[in-house]
Amino acid sequence: MSFSKNGYLDMELLRFTTAGSVDDGKSTLIGRLLYDSKSIFEDQLEAVKRASIQKGNDYINLALLTDGLRSEREQGITIDVAYRYFATPKRKFIIADTPGHVQYTRNMVTGASTANAAIILIDARNGVTEQTHRHSFIASLLQIPHIIVCINKMDLMDYNQEVYESIKKSFTAFSKIIESKDIRFIPISALKGDNVVDKSINMPWYNEGTLMSVLETIPIESDHDFANARFPVQYVIRPLTEAHHDYRGYAGRVAGGVFRKGDDVCILPSGLKSKIESIDLLNDKIEDAFPPMSVSITLKDEIDISRGDMIVKADNMPEISQDIEITICWMNQKPMRIGGKYNLMHTTKEVKCIVKEVLYKINVNTLEQITDDKDVSLNSIAKVKLKTTKPLIFDTYNKNRITGSLILIDEATNETVGVGMIG
Amino acid sequence: MNNHHLNHLRELESESIYVIREVAAQFERPVLLFSGGKDSIVLTHLAKKAFYPANLPFPLLHIDTGHNFQETLDYRDELVKKLDAQLIVGSVQQSIDEGKAVEENGYNASRNILQTITLLDTLEKYKFDAAMGGARRDEEKARAKERFFSHRDEFGQWDPKNQRPELWNIFNGKKNMGEHFRVFPISNWTEMDVWQYILLENIEMPSLYFTHQREVFCRDGVWLATAPFMKLRETEKAEVKTVRCRTIGDITCTGVSLSSANTLEEIIDEIAATRVTERGGRADDKRSEAAMEDRKKEGYF
Repeated sequence: MSFSKNGYLDMELLRFTTAGSVDDGKSTLIGRLLYDSKSIFEDQLEAVKRASIQKGNDYINLALLTDGLRSEREQGITIDVAYRYFATPKRKFIIADTPGHVQYTRNMVTGASTANAAIILIDARNGVTEQTHRHSFIASLLQIPHIIVCINKMDLMDYNQEVYESIKKSFTAFSKIIESKDIRFIPISALKGDNVVDKSINMPWYNEGTLMSVLETIPIESDHDFANARFPVQYVIRPLTEAHHDYRGYAGRVAGGVFRKGDDVCILPSGLKSKIESIDLLNDKIEDAFPPMSVSITLKDEIDISRGDMIVKADNMPEISQDIEITICWMNQKPMRIGGKYNLMHTTKEVKCIVKEVLYKINVNTLEQITDDKDVSLNSIAKVKLKTTKPLIFDTYNKNRITGSLILIDEATNETVGVGMIG
Repeated sequence: MNNHHLNHLRELESESIYVIREVAAQFERPVLLFSGGKDSIVLTHLAKKAFYPANLPFPLLHIDTGHNFQETLDYRDELVKKLDAQLIVGSVQQSIDEGKAVEENGYNASRNILQTITLLDTLEKYKFDAAMGGARRDEEKARAKERFFSHRDEFGQWDPKNQRPELWNIFNGKKNMGEHFRVFPISNWTEMDVWQYILLENIEMPSLYFTHQREVFCRDGVWLATAPFMKLRETEKAEVKTVRCRTIGDITCTGVSLSSANTLEEIIDEIAATRVTERGGRADDKRSEAAMEDRKKEGYF
């Protein structure tokens, strides 16, 4: 196989996140994916073998492959989002490996924010638990397009089909109350390798694809928003050199829709109109710019445009408002203050905002709305109202994950303290 | 179905360009750390694409250990000329001469750790508030958790337990006086992606990456290049071999691999077949299992 041939230069990129409770075997599953897809190098495997022996394991403990920082190795748990990479001849994969403890909702939200797919692990011995609810809810809240439920440790349940069917049934019943378009189920044993990369000989009753084949084939081309043309201006390129004296390019990454040369566009918030003169990247003139391309757009007319403005098509306008309703996930030890002021970043724009009101909190295990307790603290998820100093140009999060998301920043410490999904 | 999709290399490219532009927009005095290695060459190429037809809106900074391959320096100077960029060199030798850094002794003496002192000094001298580097998360365990925008305190240190959450493509570069950021635009690239992209974009590379004859010796299973400042043990013997560099850093700790790969295609095929990580040839990582984590906390790249 030759990775320098055309086919290998033209693979798709799939980002997925993994969620599981402490003992669901998540690290083992990731280790197994990396190992069976031959993404582990000899020196890494040697290190893991040595560490396995040191720990008294009588098998190569694949979970040790993904243990990152020393403090984690000491505690034997994962404490932060870690990113892993592997490729098969069909796709390149980026795993956001997030820990599943109660207190780490914020990490799961972080890993989920850019994912195309979420793997939710269920221990076949325990079935659907509160943590399963939480993981599924977060996946759906962050609008991850594809959910893959892996029912793990089937080896400990004699590879019994009824166990699998019953867990599938109870998950399906629960999943009716969350919004997810694409949910799949796979019975696996991460430890033994059943249905991870290779098809299990122990579960002949399961005829669908292995986890790897699902990851390689789920259709991701519609995961971006192609309907609503949105181009947040990130940076203005003005060479001011002899050769390019009049060049004025609006640099940015397409957040939604398709832009073409000659398109009629509207610049927000000014509302001024123009036409696209060219779409550039280095020396290339680009015909169609679509998400997630980074390009530079030039316009027919000289208009004063700066970072934070948005180029859209005149026939499809985003919302513009200073009153924003969001679902917030609180990320900081210091609780949210009602009436408190925060810096807010949204697309390429920065404004200030005040938290006006907490409408309700959400119990992430039962999805019930809580109205008698409005304290938003670390790992809380709540519906809140914000007022911004300047209008935001936005879409609801379910329409567009880029123009529908924002972060709140503490004015004193500059830490990212809250993350919000609009609508 | 639609035909609007990017392949993995173009998607990575677009993500990196977004991050680089974000740095230029959010910081007052950014700088790009240029080592002469393939990752920083790709980073520089991406930066050129990000602002074309304007010149780079930030200088390149080379932390020079004084133990460089001559080819690296020639390549660097040629690139700077082509880009019409500004180059700043931070000299480890000067840090040693000024008594800020102390040279290591012994057979495995390396200036790799001393680079941190020179780097932090240079960042402070020029008041740089964001330093972009070509580090990748797939290189090493401790890097797997690194953010694109990595916050450093006044001492340039990294606290792995206190990193800012990073969601979607919103990057929080806000900081207090004296603090700065390290930014890693190619975080999500693997070694394979880097080489495939070099092929796709036809980026000119230093000759060291291609096969050549070089005088080398073997230490602890790693082939190292001989140089006047390298001490050989009695059991070590210098010999001429057909080699190429898989990574390029300071000579004292850059392992070379026996290879006859002479084209980008051959290099890519060689990497596809390789069973050892590229940092497997880096003597600096072998010092202890948590070597990289420790150096990062101190303010290493």
